[in-house]
Amino acid sequence: MLSKYDVTIGLEVHVELATKSKIFCGCSTAFGAKPNTHTCPVCIGMPGSLPVLNKKVLEYAMAVGLATNCDITRFSKFDRKNYFYPDNPQNYQISQLYMPICRNGFVEINTCAGNKKIGIHEIHMEEDAGKLIHDEITGNSYVDYNRSGVPLIEIVTEPDMSSEVEVVTFLEKLRLIIQYLEASDCKLNEGSMRVDVNLSVKKRGETELGTRTEMKNLNSFKAITRAIENEALRQIKLLEKGEKIQLETRRWDDVKGESYSMRSKEDARDYRYFPEPDIMPIVISNEWINDIKYKQPELRDEKMQRYIREYSIPKYDADIITSIKHMTVIFEKAVELGGNPKKVSNYLMGETMRLLKERNMEAEDISFSPVNLVKLIKLVDEGVINGTTAKEVFEKIFNEDIEPIEYVEKNNLKMQSDESWLQTVIEQVIAANNQSVCDYKNGKERALGFLIGQIMKETKGKANPAVVKKLLLENL
Amino acid sequence: MKKRISNETIEYIGILSKLELDETEKEQAVSDIEMMLDFFDKMSELDTEDVAPMSHPMANNNVFREDVVTNGDMREDMLKNAPMVLDGMFGVPKTFG
Repeated sequence: MLSKYDVTIGLEVHVELATKSKIFCGCSTAFGAKPNTHTCPVCIGMPGSLPVLNKKVLEYAMAVGLATNCDITRFSKFDRKNYFYPDNPQNYQISQLYMPICRNGFVEINTCAGNKKIGIHEIHMEEDAGKLIHDEITGNSYVDYNRSGVPLIEIVTEPDMSSEVEVVTFLEKLRLIIQYLEASDCKLNEGSMRVDVNLSVKKRGETELGTRTEMKNLNSFKAITRAIENEALRQIKLLEKGEKIQLETRRWDDVKGESYSMRSKEDARDYRYFPEPDIMPIVISNEWINDIKYKQPELRDEKMQRYIREYSIPKYDADIITSIKHMTVIFEKAVELGGNPKKVSNYLMGETMRLLKERNMEAEDISFSPVNLVKLIKLVDEGVINGTTAKEVFEKIFNEDIEPIEYVEKNNLKMQSDESWLQTVIEQVIAANNQSVCDYKNGKERALGFLIGQIMKETKGKANPAVVKKLLLENL
Repeated sequence: MKKRISNETIEYIGILSKLELDETEKEQAVSDIEMMLDFFDKMSELDTEDVAPMSHPMANNNVFREDVVTNGDMREDMLKNAPMVLDGMFGVPKTFG
């Protein structure tokens, strides 16, 4: 049934920009402040207040546009999008409809099906809305306008994707570009990157696209994948039954693994866009574009090449580290502090990745100081602690960013090479494990490993493994 | 005078404007809007062949501010006109978002 249909997907991606102040006023954009403490007459929509465009917003939007092969619109302006809702204090959102800042770009993705260009229809600048909180007890709703006026760019793609794999590959690449440009941290779970999926299906071979739906509330790549699979199937099933697809906005419920209709075409909003008279038009010169290009930070491919060249780490390592912007920050800082590049890389690719996965964390949530990682590597290099202890200490660094030298000292974790002390432990272990000793003497090599393991356990992992092996062999 | 604004149109404009209009007000609004449309017709009589379309009423461009936080906590002032306040938030009638 599935193979008879083609799926067509286009995306609308909202990204919160990393400016310090809001798009049209001098209020802070810092996350997590007390309600309405970052508000002023402009972002609260008081009559007579005058919004003025934050130059940095424009420059971030241009940088993202240039990095996604867009044309920069030389004469650009803002428009008012009118709608009535309490999270929108002016009753209109200042956005760009007619002359968006960037148009006509593309991002090239690579999947097992080969390379494919995903078209960028446009990128425009706009302001975010406030947050509504619903009080079940009083039945009232309350509004916090701290987020009102936080700058956004909306990236609108062409309907060029045909599977959830292509969508996620595109989004990962787009996110990485924006993170490398330092234009946003792009956290899906915190809403600094929000993805709406427009999806339609049609019988294979038909030229006209089917009726599309728009899916909202997708807070992770996993949710996006599930929602696309679910929605394509839902539409195909309807068509198979001879029913029609409704042009509508749907909301994904990731817990239930299904979506439901939010609003249909009948109550589609009439936005009555018109030119925003308070914000002056924007004229972009060649010099300005060149300046933005010139200031563009090192992007992923360049960085990867440099890591291989400068730090002599394998391509495999460079590929993994540069796949996460935050990893490159930690890596570079640790190397700068004197950490051996390959050893730093091993900790990032191995233990760090393992702990992230185990805890279901994003790499952006890593909070340990590179200096503590470098100190830990030194402790191992100098033979102060062994590999087992290092793993345990690293977990502490990862969790609580402890200072390893002091921690090892305080918890008495130094590697023990003292032979007389180890001799006592070995004698105890031998006495308690007669069977294993016997097995070893009968040629079972594995028994030796078991005995070493027991000794390590007795010494709480602190013994010097080389010394243990030497002494044990002498005792057997 | 020809009537160009239908009853449905004026009802719809009322909904968009969040206004409840009674019959007299509706009639008044229709005649106001008809007058505006007549004025547009009058302007359309002008020859604008060689005039470039205007996209903005002001001649200025590139008016920006730098990305600097200049505002402190003005919450008390901001909440002064709020009809209902709870925990530093604006209270509004029940809304689902």
